[in-house]
Amino acid sequence: MTDTYERVLLDAALRDPRVLVLTAENRAAIRGLPDRLGPRFLDTGITEQTMIGMAAGLALRGRIPVVHALATFLTMRAFEFIRTDVGIPGLPVKLVGAVPGVLSEANGPTHQALEDVALMRGIPSMRVFCPADLADLLAGLPAVLADPAPWYVRYCDRAPVAEHQPFHVGRAEVFRAGARDDVALLVAGALFTEAWQAADRLRADGHTVRLINLRTLEPADAGAILDAARRSALVVTIEDHFARGGLRSVVVETLFAAGVLAPLLSISCGERWFTPALLPDVLADAGFTADAIAARVRAALTHRIPVPAYA
Amino acid sequence: MNDARRRELEAVAREVRRHAIRMAGGGGCFLGASLSCTDLVVYLYRHFLRVDPRRLDDPDRDYLLLSKGHDVPALYGTLAELDFISRERLANHLSPADHLYWHPNRAVPGVEFHSGSLGHLLSVGMGIAYDVRLRGGRNRVVVLLGDGELDEGSIWEGLLVARALGLSNLTLLVDRNGFQANVRTEQLVPLEPLPDKFAAFGCAVRTVDGHDFGALEDAFAALPFAASGPSVIVARTVRGAGLPSIEARADRWFCRLAPAEVTALLQELDGTAVAELESEPLMVR
Repeated sequence: MTDTYERVLLDAALRDPRVLVLTAENRAAIRGLPDRLGPRFLDTGITEQTMIGMAAGLALRGRIPVVHALATFLTMRAFEFIRTDVGIPGLPVKLVGAVPGVLSEANGPTHQALEDVALMRGIPSMRVFCPADLADLLAGLPAVLADPAPWYVRYCDRAPVAEHQPFHVGRAEVFRAGARDDVALLVAGALFTEAWQAADRLRADGHTVRLINLRTLEPADAGAILDAARRSALVVTIEDHFARGGLRSVVVETLFAAGVLAPLLSISCGERWFTPALLPDVLADAGFTADAIAARVRAALTHRIPVPAYA
Repeated sequence: MNDARRRELEAVAREVRRHAIRMAGGGGCFLGASLSCTDLVVYLYRHFLRVDPRRLDDPDRDYLLLSKGHDVPALYGTLAELDFISRERLANHLSPADHLYWHPNRAVPGVEFHSGSLGHLLSVGMGIAYDVRLRGGRNRVVVLLGDGELDEGSIWEGLLVARALGLSNLTLLVDRNGFQANVRTEQLVPLEPLPDKFAAFGCAVRTVDGHDFGALEDAFAALPFAASGPSVIVARTVRGAGLPSIEARADRWFCRLAPAEVTALLQELDGTAVAELESEPLMVR
């Protein structure tokens, strides 16, 4: 794979003059764009509120602003601007939150976006895409840009471990679904890599495992979630997000609304910020390695001690 | 400004004030805040803004963004007097069947963007002004700000960026009526020397009497004040202007008037009586 996030944005902007790229001085992933886009690249400095307000103004004039900034400051410092100036009118502003979740590595809790999905999906018009890796991000970006709604994209540039399927808004990517499975691993975001590897380990034990990459959490693929719950002995949600408001909440809300009861194991950041460190150490500390995930699933399958379905 | 034009503006402003007073009956409105900027809004729509009520989606139109928001009766009244909406429609104020409530909604013809949360529309206006410049347009963008609203950090953050981008097609018009919601600005968070603060942020500033149409014309005719960044017009105004019984009163920001009080204030506006208000002053924030 030779494509990059920057390349896809550049191509989109060159193809469609409505596309502008804005940032609050977070240029690491888009450092080549200023030279190529000229005034259609707009860096407002460390001013998240002003950046969002300007994006709304640009959208009112018919533009499609792509707003790239660190996930914590984008979604939290500017939250009320997003909700009021983008969310209420439903303007086509595309928010890309960089280094979310575990990808903030050693920056510490100020930089740990672990509630960003909860905040963004709390805005009624907002759609949310949590790509599994760089290939997944690039697969989804064209649809995000083409959609008339406001979007939050939880940026992820991890190297892919799997070949991804074509992207459709609101459709999950399902790997190895059987008629009856021992376990369904549902994942949204950067821990797809570890979930994929954990699935391999569990299959090596002899378990049947379906793996689901939700991709978009708003709208979420209710059919895939319900099918997983009906055809699996155990549902596991895996996310680098607080337990509240993210994938686990989406799954619980979906099951409850359909009256489907299922044993559920939630693997998340729970209610704590993770220990700042480089990514492998973060994954180890938070219990997010493939081995740790597989071990928790094994324990749940063996001892039948998954948490109650709606805990 | 010649006398004929001044009289014409005064007549329109008087009608707009009558509309605002009527909207303060029933469920009430932010009457004090609306009357302080009535002359500003009337001047802008009648003689400055190039905006045609029959072509509200014209990409070459000028923009007025009402950032303080709660002064929207002044805008509703002006839009009605200038045929953006019908005068009869103002009777729908606060009706759930229409969009005329205490803050602007862009479903109302002529309202460019919703507001109500203070400190937002400077940056929205900057986005519009930036796009206008990208397209080589001549549209002018005016953001009407309350003075209490200047407490918001987003205003000063926005000014830093507006200057950095050299947005000379952007004008901030400050309704300097001297009040926050319930307290005088200088008693709570002093703003003076306000023109110096704007100048320090790279803006070119003029201060005018916001109830003097001639002074407003002179100031707006001189725009842009500089090519390097936004212009600021600090309009000294009086909360409740036009109604001596509520003028410059901290407790007559939001007014919910009894029918007889509406009648009395309409007479007071005409100079035929002085109203005695008995309705309870409301502290709504």
